[in-house]
Amino acid sequence: MKKWWKSGDPWIWLTATSVAISIIIVAGLLVLIAVRGLSHFWPSPVLEADYVDYSTHKQETLVGEMTEKELIPGNPWLMRYLIKTGNRELFGLDFRWVLQSLVKNPVYPENLLAIGRNNGIDIYGYLTEIKAQNQVIADGKNAEIWQILNQRVERAITLNQQIKTITTCVQLRDGTLTTATNLTTEQCAPYYKDTQTQLTQLQQEIARDTLTIEIAAGETLDVAFANIVRVKRLPKSIHHVDYPEEIVVVERREWGNFYGYLQEIKENGNPVSTQNITTALEERLQHTSTLYQKIHTIEKQDIGAINHQLERLRLKERALELAHNKTGEPIDPNALAAIEADRVVLKADYDVLNQQLKQLYQEINRDSVTIKSMDGQVVDVTLAKIVKVYQPNSFTLSQKIGFYFAKMWEFVADEPREANTEGGIFPAIFGTVIMVFIMSFIVTPFGVIAAVYLREYAKQGVLTRIIRIAVNNLAGVPAIVYGVFGLGFFVYFVGGNIDQWFFPEALPAPTFGTGGILWASLTLAILTVPVVIVSTEEGLSRIPSSIREGSLALGATKAETLWRTVLPMASPAMMTGLILAIARAAGEVAPLMLVGVVKLAPSLVVDLNTPFIHLDRKFMHLGFHIYDVGFQSPNVEAARPLVFATSFLLVAVIVILNLTAIWIRNHLREKYKALETA
Amino acid sequence: MLEHMTPENTSPILSALNTPAIHRRRKIRVWVDRIAKHSMTFGGISVIIAILLIFFYLLYVVFPLLKSADIQKMQQFSMPAPEAGRTLYLATEEKNEVGVRFTDQGHIIFFDMHDGQVISNITLSIPTDVTITSFAVADPTTRIVAYGLSNGQALVLKHDYKISYAVDNFGKDQREIAPYLEYPLEKEPITIDEQGSALTQLDIQLNEDANTLAAITANGRLLLVSMVKQVSFIDESVTLERAIGELTLGNSKISHLLLDKDQRVLYMADHEGRVWRVDVTNKSALKVEDKTSVVDRNVTITAIEFLTGDISLLIGDSQGRITQWFPVRDAHNKQVLTRIREFNAQSTPITNITIEERRKGFVAADNIGQVGIYHSTAHRTLLVEPVAQKAVTHVAISPRADVLLVEDAQDQIATWAVHNEHPEISWSALWEKVWYESQSEPDYIWQSSASTHDFEPKFSLTPLAFGTIKAAFYAMIVAVPLAIFGAIYTAYFMAPGMRKIVKPTIEIMEALPTVILGFLAGLWLAPTVEAHLPGVFTLLILLPIGVLIFSYVWHLLPKPIRHLVPDGWQAMLLVPVILLLSWLSFSLSAPMEIWFFNGNMPEWLETQWGINFDQRNALIVGIAMGVAVIPNIFSITEDAVFSVPKHLTTGSLALGATPWQTMMRVVILTASPGIFSAVMIGMGRAVGETMIVLMATGNTPVMDFSLFQGLRTLSANIAVEMPESEVNSTHYRILFLAGLVLFIFTFFFNTLAEIVRHRLRRKYSSL
Repeated sequence: MKKWWKSGDPWIWLTATSVAISIIIVAGLLVLIAVRGLSHFWPSPVLEADYVDYSTHKQETLVGEMTEKELIPGNPWLMRYLIKTGNRELFGLDFRWVLQSLVKNPVYPENLLAIGRNNGIDIYGYLTEIKAQNQVIADGKNAEIWQILNQRVERAITLNQQIKTITTCVQLRDGTLTTATNLTTEQCAPYYKDTQTQLTQLQQEIARDTLTIEIAAGETLDVAFANIVRVKRLPKSIHHVDYPEEIVVVERREWGNFYGYLQEIKENGNPVSTQNITTALEERLQHTSTLYQKIHTIEKQDIGAINHQLERLRLKERALELAHNKTGEPIDPNALAAIEADRVVLKADYDVLNQQLKQLYQEINRDSVTIKSMDGQVVDVTLAKIVKVYQPNSFTLSQKIGFYFAKMWEFVADEPREANTEGGIFPAIFGTVIMVFIMSFIVTPFGVIAAVYLREYAKQGVLTRIIRIAVNNLAGVPAIVYGVFGLGFFVYFVGGNIDQWFFPEALPAPTFGTGGILWASLTLAILTVPVVIVSTEEGLSRIPSSIREGSLALGATKAETLWRTVLPMASPAMMTGLILAIARAAGEVAPLMLVGVVKLAPSLVVDLNTPFIHLDRKFMHLGFHIYDVGFQSPNVEAARPLVFATSFLLVAVIVILNLTAIWIRNHLREKYKALETA
Repeated sequence: MLEHMTPENTSPILSALNTPAIHRRRKIRVWVDRIAKHSMTFGGISVIIAILLIFFYLLYVVFPLLKSADIQKMQQFSMPAPEAGRTLYLATEEKNEVGVRFTDQGHIIFFDMHDGQVISNITLSIPTDVTITSFAVADPTTRIVAYGLSNGQALVLKHDYKISYAVDNFGKDQREIAPYLEYPLEKEPITIDEQGSALTQLDIQLNEDANTLAAITANGRLLLVSMVKQVSFIDESVTLERAIGELTLGNSKISHLLLDKDQRVLYMADHEGRVWRVDVTNKSALKVEDKTSVVDRNVTITAIEFLTGDISLLIGDSQGRITQWFPVRDAHNKQVLTRIREFNAQSTPITNITIEERRKGFVAADNIGQVGIYHSTAHRTLLVEPVAQKAVTHVAISPRADVLLVEDAQDQIATWAVHNEHPEISWSALWEKVWYESQSEPDYIWQSSASTHDFEPKFSLTPLAFGTIKAAFYAMIVAVPLAIFGAIYTAYFMAPGMRKIVKPTIEIMEALPTVILGFLAGLWLAPTVEAHLPGVFTLLILLPIGVLIFSYVWHLLPKPIRHLVPDGWQAMLLVPVILLLSWLSFSLSAPMEIWFFNGNMPEWLETQWGINFDQRNALIVGIAMGVAVIPNIFSITEDAVFSVPKHLTTGSLALGATPWQTMMRVVILTASPGIFSAVMIGMGRAVGETMIVLMATGNTPVMDFSLFQGLRTLSANIAVEMPESEVNSTHYRILFLAGLVLFIFTFFFNTLAEIVRHRLRRKYSSL
């Protein structure tokens, strides 16, 4: 043992532990995100359970998706489920926690109660009887047992209070306590006589009562009332869980999911007789969804374009007005007339579209379906409001897999619904991609030029070294500092001035004087330019000088040498730098929060309205989406799986980008090693 | 060179190279080369300048915070309508175009601030045989004043301004400001003293619920008349219920009277230099709480005024000293008027103190024609400058605190432009303990905004800097041992095959977006840790012990089994061991909570030790941010250890040292500068990290080093408050200052690390 200790081996094992922990953390994180992110799309079965409210003695049915289940800490006899019950307009809540007792066939199934004890641990069980002085005064069948229980608990609490008062008084007298709240010497006076007898009497009195609970099948436990602080009856617990196939999940555009049983299909409010309601519904849904697509196109694209043009006309008019105010010259009436004429044309177009919309709306609102919810209410849902209807419990495995990928596609390609807690994240993906794209467009040339200057043209002296260190260190400056800079410099200073010079007609509404995708991209470009510089410089420095010298010796100028030999050879390094920059930019959130990211952007940055790319628009971003939905959302329970899925997507993109960068770098090293030895 | 070839040397090849076409081409090439060189240089330098611009831009935004105040004379004119009497009170309106002068003969003179022209001169209607004996100004934002009369009555009025826009001949909007008077209570004087004694001192406050006038009569009584609005339940009509309180003052001579705007406290200054604090909550039973001596012997109180918010008193005395006082609860839970701070920049009697309406600043004028501009919270004297040859009799500051109106003893009125953008900031306000209003003692507080305009902003960066250091400290506690030991093992003991996988795996974590780590920390780790708190600590103890036991047992195993695992792959063996130990401690957690901690450790901590437990606390931040910086430290340390020249280690081993001895005495010693720089860089990252702390803490700016409490860092504070701060306001600039502090801090540590690393690299190459 001693020899083993002296050999230093234990220390080596401990250092190995550090590595192992680090690996576990990395792998654990990735696995956690992947499992929780990917499992979100799997159709979870919808359970139907008997759910008894004993206070009203009413049997209810609980229908919903089971999202989480756990044992209550310290009470291995009770299971807790988080059930997504949906139907928010009926119940007000999407989720609810319900208990399931694991006790099989309790004697008194209605008497489940939670007992809070003075040691802080709650205990759960089925009340079977209450005893006073070892005499059963009430048993589980007794209708008045709850009344008796409450009386006894109250009595115990009062007695405990008295005991506490006496002990405090004694402490006051003995000087172990100097001050006591709400206790005066007058109040204490009666307790100073025969203190001990009073105490023993009280303690005897309190110890007299006990209650018995059944905590596991056939196993009972006596609890003295002396230890009880509070008792809570748990009227609601589920049992008899079932997964009937006919339960449908209705995914709606508003108000979240609806769970229930299909009743009938209605057309213009009149029931339609169908042979198979599910297939009929499927057909009609297909019809409405094409209609919905049409409406969506008209509303978003056609009317959006008209609004866009109207806004441009307004700005034109305002610009004329401003020019008039400045110079005092009268406004050109022809220009005004032209604007007015354009406006009339647009109005006419708008009216046509509106007419179309009206028709479409009439058509789409024709059909509805009635669904019976778990508490027997029948709800009429218009098909226009439905995204899809499915019966997860009847799915075969292949259907489940199909559903899984459909859902995943929806997540990637759809717009968010319900304050970002449902639907897809397409705008966030799109915003991130466009931002990264603009950023790369800026950062690559500038980063490369700076690196080439530093490595190839600048005199290699102390100053260059200082600059190099400074640039290197800028990569370590906190991202939020760049955000602050971007907000102050780009948004308020540059953007404010651009507005003054080029967009005075839109003022006081800012055009570029507020956060937008251009400023966000520029800010991130500044943030990542050190990464590109450092990486490109490293690439340049790895190129053997013999190659440069050879080129120069053959009569090439320096520029030609650079352009023809050095830069092509360094291009993988630039690529690496760019990839690392992109990976960093895609994951950075803090600076974006200041310069133009929003939780919900009304329109995409690129659309069909001139000038097609709107650099002044605000945008959505994956990283910010995670922060916003995870922390600012009113419905965290509903949002959490979505946040995990978004996280998974982001992590996957970034890890892939980084692995590519690493692969390119390693590949590059091999290549130059070969060159150097050759 | 080629151009200067002599004909003797020309060979056929060279002459072919010297054709005019080739010459032209060569020239173009030289030009292209030059252009490339210059544009590269220009481009490169401008990119570098653009990056460095960050620092200078931050500095440029922060710089105005450091500037003092500055005043410039705009106009001077002789007092408008001098025949109307002596000035009692001067004021201006929001736009600094109209000034007003209230005189002791009952005239109200509105004048043009540009040239002193009288706009209107209104005479008050008071009975003929009655004179004006006192004057009072309510909360200046209400623009209400009151005259006290010699017959025991008082007249309340309000000066107000109507702004209208008219289009002039040139088609441009022209602003017109029309002053007028209003009578908020009654047009006739109200009787204050039924006995009809003259009111020698008066003060007034009006608000939505109640109107109160306080007065001292010539026969030595304090009277308080309060009119509480009663709304009838039936028809919602409003009636005023009048209550009168009275106090006989005896021999004391009262020189100043001040009623706060909430109509709860009344202060009186007497000729002996004492301030009486009178509780007037119950309007009909006035109670003198205390009398505090506020000036030295032989010094008298010459001016007394409330600071905005009516909590603090500003007392100017005959020695030119200005002191700030407010009631503070003492050890016996009794309010005592306490001296908070003093300003000693002026030396002759203070004639007049006037307060800024929207900030905790004030202006004091003195007997030799100087004015001083001060800020109370920052304890800052921004300026003391002469503005007149003789004593300044009245000074007024405009509602926006950008114009001073000064009247001197020679009956001259001057307007001065004030440039005083950021008086709230001083070294002490940012970094030292400050005694804020209504606090029982000086403290470090960050609380930048509130809904009311008279709120005292609390701009102490100390709690934020403290939070930053606390978060970084706990992160380093988690990260440094794991990363450094891990790097040592990876670089020195690990098999090359495994190292090839392990190193990039850990390094990939560096690229993991921090928003994801923050999200996991806040929504997954925090509740998990709270539910298994004992398990976390058990794991800390169990882990090293368990690993040691395992390694000892492993060492005792027969060789054939041991050799199943190749050398340098031990870390793989430990993965299941660690997972098992973690599972063990977490499953032990619940029973331990029941056995030792009364069922709930957070609750137990609170009741037994008084330790508050926040779910999102420093422990969570430490773990999450530790995970974020592990790859940084790991990567650099690993490089440093791995590149220690091999002949050093082989030499040491050849001399009989064990691998561990070689490690400790040779490798680590040589690589220590590299390890140091790794820690510095990790620290830099931890200090500036935003998303993790934003999401994994409650963001409460408390100064408590407890592991179980939340914190707020400089960076998170910027992220939280920047979007809602007003451009170029003090708050905005302070947030920039926070950014600058972060920038300098991380830049300094990174540079230090970089320099150390450079030296190390040179040392290695020489070894």
